[in-house]
Amino acid sequence: MKRKIITLSRVIRAGVTSFLRNASLAVAAIAVMVVTLTIVLFSVVASATMNNTITQIANKINISVYLSDSTTMTQTNNLISQFQKLSEVKSVDYISKDQALAEYKAENSNNKDLLAAISVTGNPLPASIQIDPVDPSHINQIQNILSESSTIQLENPQAGTSYSGDRKAAIDQIAHATNVLKQVGVIGVIVFSLVSVLIIFNTIQMAIFNRRDEIQIMRLLGASTWFIRGPFIVESITYGILSALISVLIIDLLFVVASSALQASSLGLLDINYANNYFYGKFLLLLTLQLSLGIVIGAVSSAIATRRYLKFKTK
Amino acid sequence: MILLDRVTKTYNKDLGAALDRVSLHVEPNEFVIVVGQSGAGKTTLMRLLTREERPTSGKIIVGGIDYDKLKDRDIPLLRRKIGVVFQDFKLLPHKNVYENVAFALEIVGIGRREIQHTVPRILDIVNLKGREKQMPVQLSGGERQRVAIARAIARQPKILIADEPTGNLDPKHAWDVIRVLEKVNRYGTTVLLTTHNQDIVNRLKRRVVTLKNGKIASDRANAGYEI
Repeated sequence: MKRKIITLSRVIRAGVTSFLRNASLAVAAIAVMVVTLTIVLFSVVASATMNNTITQIANKINISVYLSDSTTMTQTNNLISQFQKLSEVKSVDYISKDQALAEYKAENSNNKDLLAAISVTGNPLPASIQIDPVDPSHINQIQNILSESSTIQLENPQAGTSYSGDRKAAIDQIAHATNVLKQVGVIGVIVFSLVSVLIIFNTIQMAIFNRRDEIQIMRLLGASTWFIRGPFIVESITYGILSALISVLIIDLLFVVASSALQASSLGLLDINYANNYFYGKFLLLLTLQLSLGIVIGAVSSAIATRRYLKFKTK
Repeated sequence: MILLDRVTKTYNKDLGAALDRVSLHVEPNEFVIVVGQSGAGKTTLMRLLTREERPTSGKIIVGGIDYDKLKDRDIPLLRRKIGVVFQDFKLLPHKNVYENVAFALEIVGIGRREIQHTVPRILDIVNLKGREKQMPVQLSGGERQRVAIARAIARQPKILIADEPTGNLDPKHAWDVIRVLEKVNRYGTTVLLTTHNQDIVNRLKRRVVTLKNGKIASDRANAGYEI
């Protein structure tokens, strides 16, 4: 037992010493790891942000049926209960003429002229039923009820229903884009991770190739497999930990720059505020993710790379 | 201590056998010199003893270990029992003199205090006291070889195998190395030395085994150099 502890502490010390003595190769390996780990972290944050943006857009999609002023309360309730029975429908809200006016006034409280005009003409706004679908891409049942003549009769002839051809196309497009972007995000993270594993593996393998004589000498002196391999693995894990910390620091600096210097709140689909909150809210999780990725990549690639120099001749 | 029974090693069938039915018996505490021209099979013999190569046929038993029954994972244990010195020294370039010798002891799991006690004593035997902090590149060939011998004997092996240890050295340094090997032998270690240095063989007056084309051509006690 004591001997095992001595050996373990020697393996760790040898790894750290060798890390310090091989500074130039260490810098190369770390540089590659930092770049790739940063890309992975960036894609994780970016894909989370994009997903959030898409979900928000999708949540805003609802169908408004504007009712003519002649529609009775019974007819309205009848229509509402029809919608509520549908599995596609998440919720149905009724907005009366008064509510619509109040909302309109609240939204335009800065515009005195508009408010004055509206108080003169009386209430021109129709009552409406707001249908919130479960999934904006599946609204066939809702569509069927809307296209029935009994429903059309109740609709406001001027406003009709906000649900018409153009809008439907837009909803479909967004729903489609949502799915594509989600898939792109996942694939992107996977591809970057794979590429980074390959590059780091290659770099570590090169570092070990440079020291294959050392491994063979140790072998000839009777060092066990793990006594030789251990320090290389410790060394690569050190690369992994350092690279993970640096990559997190880089993304952190990126946010500081983005929020202070650029004063930007969004870049296209990327809502920087959300990304910022996501990054700092899940900071520990992301840090753990990066650290474990760095450690696993370092350990696995150095274990594989040392394998061929540790083999005994069997023939 | 070392027993070879009709050992044959063939690397390539077209080139013939590197070692051809070689039988050799070395008693404990013997000092045996193996001579022969380049390609006679000296190095192959050494590589078989350290289990860097496997014989094509024949039996090898060293220090009671039967190589036929040796599993791959036990090879490190075998090598810890044999001290080996190579023509090209094979020092660890990133470790200083002290660390190179200490490494042989660290492998076996010996404690730090014992290593701190042993290494200076061993370096004293090979006349390298006070050079602990120097890196291999700062040493002359003879000094490097003596570090390698220190490393080989640090674990007090029963057998020391030295393959052309003086091959890269000038006569003065070569004799420094040979004197150390004699000293080690006096302390009770079986030494197997290969060389083609005529002067060394003639002056040592030890048992000489001559290899020729992979076969033992002669095996004489207190002999001189003769091919």
